[in-house]
Amino acid sequence: MENATRKIAIICSKGSLDMAYPGLILANAARMAGHDAMLFFTFWGLDIVNDKKVDHLHMSPLGNPSMPIPAMIAGLPGMEALATKMMVADMDKLQIPHVREMIENLADAGAELYACQLAMDMFKLEKKDLVPQVKDVISAMDFIDKSEGAQVIFV
Amino acid sequence: MATKTYGGVAVEVDDEGFLKKAAEWTPEVAKAIAAEVGIPTLTEKHWKVLEFARTDTASQGQSPGPRRIVASAGVSMKELYELFPKGPGKLVARVAGVPKPKACL
Repeated sequence: MENATRKIAIICSKGSLDMAYPGLILANAARMAGHDAMLFFTFWGLDIVNDKKVDHLHMSPLGNPSMPIPAMIAGLPGMEALATKMMVADMDKLQIPHVREMIENLADAGAELYACQLAMDMFKLEKKDLVPQVKDVISAMDFIDKSEGAQVIFV
Repeated sequence: MATKTYGGVAVEVDDEGFLKKAAEWTPEVAKAIAAEVGIPTLTEKHWKVLEFARTDTASQGQSPGPRRIVASAGVSMKELYELFPKGPGKLVARVAGVPKPKACL
């Protein structure tokens, strides 16, 4: 059970609140169980580690067939803020940490966080714009090399 | 259902090696399980965490995950991972003789 080290590599490509948590929770669970975990933040997923955005991730009720409201209403002004507020309140009730704290926990737990160079260039970001827990900015090819032997999860 | 002998005590364990009965746990059992999972010596900080896991499980009816341990046992997340490097999520509970935590955090 504890012998061979499993390695999990998670690609976070979405920056909405509801798409940020699955990757973070799974990476944390991997570390809890004693496996290596690395995260690669690319495209909109960079928002999760963008120091200016990490505390303001939103969830959109639009384009989501699981939302129990009609799309026409979901598109009204203020609905996104409302949906986000409700989700955060529900998570607070369950004492789920906010995204920034999740990232701090992950780094303390020994997970490795990387940002995608190409996406950084696209969004005109520099390493200093990211939370300090991001270990490095790497290329897609670096990610492929670093994740050798890992089970890869794309979010 | 299997029986294993830890520190000279025969205890019942489940498929993943967690003690079935917290009452069968003794500090000697803890030391032997710790050795098996790669922790040669249990330090004062280990005992603090184990003690918390046992009392918390007794009072809450379920064993704590790392987040709960860090909030109350007086160790940081970093320290917890240094104390149980092969995965505090499972190993705290295994060494403390309580069930595998259901917590995701």
